[in-house]
Amino acid sequence: MTLPEIAPRDRDWHPPALAPAYRSSVLRAPRHAPLRFDHTASELTGPVFGQDGIGPDDADLLINYARPGETAQGARIVVHGRLLDEGGRPVPGKLIEIWQANAGGRYRHKKDGYLAPLDPNFGGCGRCVTGPDGAYAFRTVAPGPYPWPNGGNDWRPAHIHFSVFGDGFAQRLITQMYFEGDPHIPLCPIVQSIPRADAVDRLVARLDMEATVPMDIRAYRFDIVLRGRDATIFENRMEGT
Amino acid sequence: MVLKESASQTAGPYVHIGCVPSFAGLEDMYGGVDPGSVMVTGEPAGRRIAFTGAVFDGEGAPLCDALIEVWQADGQGNHGPSNGFTGWGRQPSDGGTGAFRFDTIKPGAVDGQAPHLSLWIVARGINLGLHTRAYFDDEAEANAADSVLRLAGERAGTMIARTTPEGFHMDIYLQGDNETVFLDV
Ligand SMILES: [Fe+2]
Repeated sequence: MTLPEIAPRDRDWHPPALAPAYRSSVLRAPRHAPLRFDHTASELTGPVFGQDGIGPDDADLLINYARPGETAQGARIVVHGRLLDEGGRPVPGKLIEIWQANAGGRYRHKKDGYLAPLDPNFGGCGRCVTGPDGAYAFRTVAPGPYPWPNGGNDWRPAHIHFSVFGDGFAQRLITQMYFEGDPHIPLCPIVQSIPRADAVDRLVARLDMEATVPMDIRAYRFDIVLRGRDATIFENRMEGT
Repeated sequence: MVLKESASQTAGPYVHIGCVPSFAGLEDMYGGVDPGSVMVTGEPAGRRIAFTGAVFDGEGAPLCDALIEVWQADGQGNHGPSNGFTGWGRQPSDGGTGAFRFDTIKPGAVDGQAPHLSLWIVARGINLGLHTRAYFDDEAEANAADSVLRLAGERAGTMIARTTPEGFHMDIYLQGDNETVFLDV
């Protein structure tokens, strides 16, 4: 079986395993450098998800946990964009899962005891499969910032967690989306574990007035990029063999 | 390449809400079945096994908030869904003990490699998901010839699961003398 190769990961672009200002990383960061090896089918293939198992409201967090006829509380937003690879090509047919705090900054999770109340109409998770052009969209409420235990007065910027699948298991990615203009972004040790400002900037969603629906819902645009599948390398190899 | 991969960020302590919502307490979400919770959906060829373990931090404490994914070949060594088998599993570590468990089948050998499970681990405090592999201690001959295990040298044993009555067990150490070999995939 011959599969398109996946471009190497630029580890200097990602946060290092050990980022001491993010205290949880101290005991959870491997000390050895990860072992580099040539990809095999185990890395170049991955699970495939179709539309089949996806429910009609799975991508609509305004209503997917709400009582019939009701919606979640908070500022209504669309979060949308495209899933691309590093070559700029759309990545269709891939599962995207998101989770987030409610408008007050509280997660529906047994280990979150923040003062802000739960919203009975908000679960906080959603999923969809990217379209033929790599496009995805969720409806939700803007999540609130929340405090977290990190040894000081630490508040997370408002954010949405994203889990993304690619063609190969090597492309598996979890990241977070932030909101344009949030003053907590430069203060957050988790965000600032990313070494480069331009890498942080790619995680910041922009207000998108084009996609905003008048008198209904504002839109934010967030494109996600997976490691490239390099067809050129593949073709060259084929010629050489 | 014209774009850069989106930078990774930690999955955080509430990863369960998005990835295993029923486990997180959102019982009716996604039809009440967490994605990846069932790998064996029929009667696939191959030996049924439980793959168990836990993930430990630098002080030897188990991670009770981790999420582990498995990607593997079927009993014939082919990746991708096959009869009665999905090839992909996802489980949280137990919120009290940190133990994880996958009910799966033992994979066949893939492209001359020794049989193995590919593992991916995320949690609070892990900034970039960790890849490793679980090989099997009853495959000594194939393991000795496996290129990834050979590259790992004297640390290769950290990627070999040991036989249990139900299948295989492998503990994963994020730090320390027995730090697991993680892979730059
Ligand atoms: Fe969060």
